[in-house]
Amino acid sequence: MDKAIYFDYAATTPTSKEVLEEMIPFFTQNFGNPSSVYSIAGKNKEAILKAREQVATAINAKDDEIFFTSGGTEADNWAIKGIAESYESKGKHIITSKIEHHAVLHTCEYLEKKGFQVTYLEVDEYGRISLQDLENAIREDTILISIMFANNEIGTIQSIKEIGRIAKEKGVIFHTDAVQALGSVHIDVKDMNIDLLSMSAHKLYGPKGVGALYIKKGVKIKAYIHGGAQEKRRRAGTENVPGIVGFGKAIELAYANREENTKKIIALRDKVVKGILENVPYSRLNGHPTERLPNNANISFDFIEGESLLIMLDMKGVCASSGSACTSGSLDPSHVLMAIGLPHETAHGSLRITLGDKNTEEDVDYLLEILPQIVQRLRDMSPLYEDFMKMNQ
Amino acid sequence: MYTEKVMDHFMNPRNMGEIENASGTGTVGNAKCGDIMRIFLDVEDNIIKDVKFKTFGCGAAVATSSMATELVKGKSIEEALQVTNRSVMEALDGLPKAKVHCSLLAEEAIHAALWDYAQKHNIEIEGLEPPKEDVHDHDHDDDEE
Repeated sequence: MDKAIYFDYAATTPTSKEVLEEMIPFFTQNFGNPSSVYSIAGKNKEAILKAREQVATAINAKDDEIFFTSGGTEADNWAIKGIAESYESKGKHIITSKIEHHAVLHTCEYLEKKGFQVTYLEVDEYGRISLQDLENAIREDTILISIMFANNEIGTIQSIKEIGRIAKEKGVIFHTDAVQALGSVHIDVKDMNIDLLSMSAHKLYGPKGVGALYIKKGVKIKAYIHGGAQEKRRRAGTENVPGIVGFGKAIELAYANREENTKKIIALRDKVVKGILENVPYSRLNGHPTERLPNNANISFDFIEGESLLIMLDMKGVCASSGSACTSGSLDPSHVLMAIGLPHETAHGSLRITLGDKNTEEDVDYLLEILPQIVQRLRDMSPLYEDFMKMNQ
Repeated sequence: MYTEKVMDHFMNPRNMGEIENASGTGTVGNAKCGDIMRIFLDVEDNIIKDVKFKTFGCGAAVATSSMATELVKGKSIEEALQVTNRSVMEALDGLPKAKVHCSLLAEEAIHAALWDYAQKHNIEIEGLEPPKEDVHDHDHDDDEE
């Protein structure tokens, strides 16, 4: 297959050329350990400071509120476990939602085993939590609210500013996993009253293996990794200097060109959604129609299963993803699609198309050309479709 | 992750379709777990003259259905009963561990269709058990600590 069209930018992005060029010197020439005293190491210290400033500027934080980590998963783990440990004398109740990333959900489940209580808020059919439910869930002993900025599967963006306002009014710490939103959505931690925010570089054309946690000044949080003075003694270990430099450059570029980039991506995304819904019967858009990430199209097709759809697309050179159980290694379909109320068989038949900077109109035209045929082919094989057609004859 | 044979049977499934007025049909699996298999049999003089399948499921589910129909086509009922999930897997040069339940489903689907045939024709097939409620109970892998 000569053709290879990548429609899975929510999974990861390629590191951009400009970002890579910034990183390269820090592998070879500027290899010194930033903690050393000699001058070549000093350069690396400066490079980290610059990246810290780049990340802080993008989300309207202060430089010393940014703590580099190995990525989004570590940032989520640190935020939740760290707050739980630091504030457990105040209370042991945490509020989150049913559609969080597993980095948040599994961490909360882990804490439940340690004696914490967790409320998992329901979401509506579009994947939004109810602010009323949130207010009602807050108790005397609630120490943390962790609600994701935008969902990685269905792209729904939450009312983050409103959540931040409620958290502030009630005196509860607010963490948001912004891994999927970062780079394509406006984020202002001050204006939105965010206390902790998880970030990752590889979703915005930066390298893998690096991310950050924003920790608002004044929020108490225990050290996550012990063994050195790095990151103000809170996250020890020699810094991933090339990664951190790459992250800084990537986030700067993402926000410098955000409006222009998103306009182009939204147009392509809308073409994908419209084209599929118009040409494939028994399909539906998952997630919020307007409050969604610019690059996310998540569609369910009745009567077929997602993994077989992905393989057939792959045979035609198209890379995408699905919430089907078979792609996750478990037998249950995506917890997010179940939480928005899809029946099992519909949840198994979902397709996530996430667009990025290399995608063109031609890519979308090609997808819209091959997809209806593939779906029909799988439906012709499906006993569910057979039953449905016989019932409706 | 799939062998060439699995891919071949997925992309070019054998015996896909339905048999009108089949002598036996069996449907197993459930939408909850994401795969449902239906087998249609045309049995004449104790021989499986024709067999077709329809499957809602992943690549492995389609491939195992296709291979299972190949293995029972033209065989006697007794020979068809010897087709197990293991023989389907072997014929496909193996399946990823997480997909083993798909091959169980194929075995169950053949058995369910034979059971239906036996019921309809009021005969008893030695060694054939009634279809299970849910074949997925065998293989729930949990990746949690």
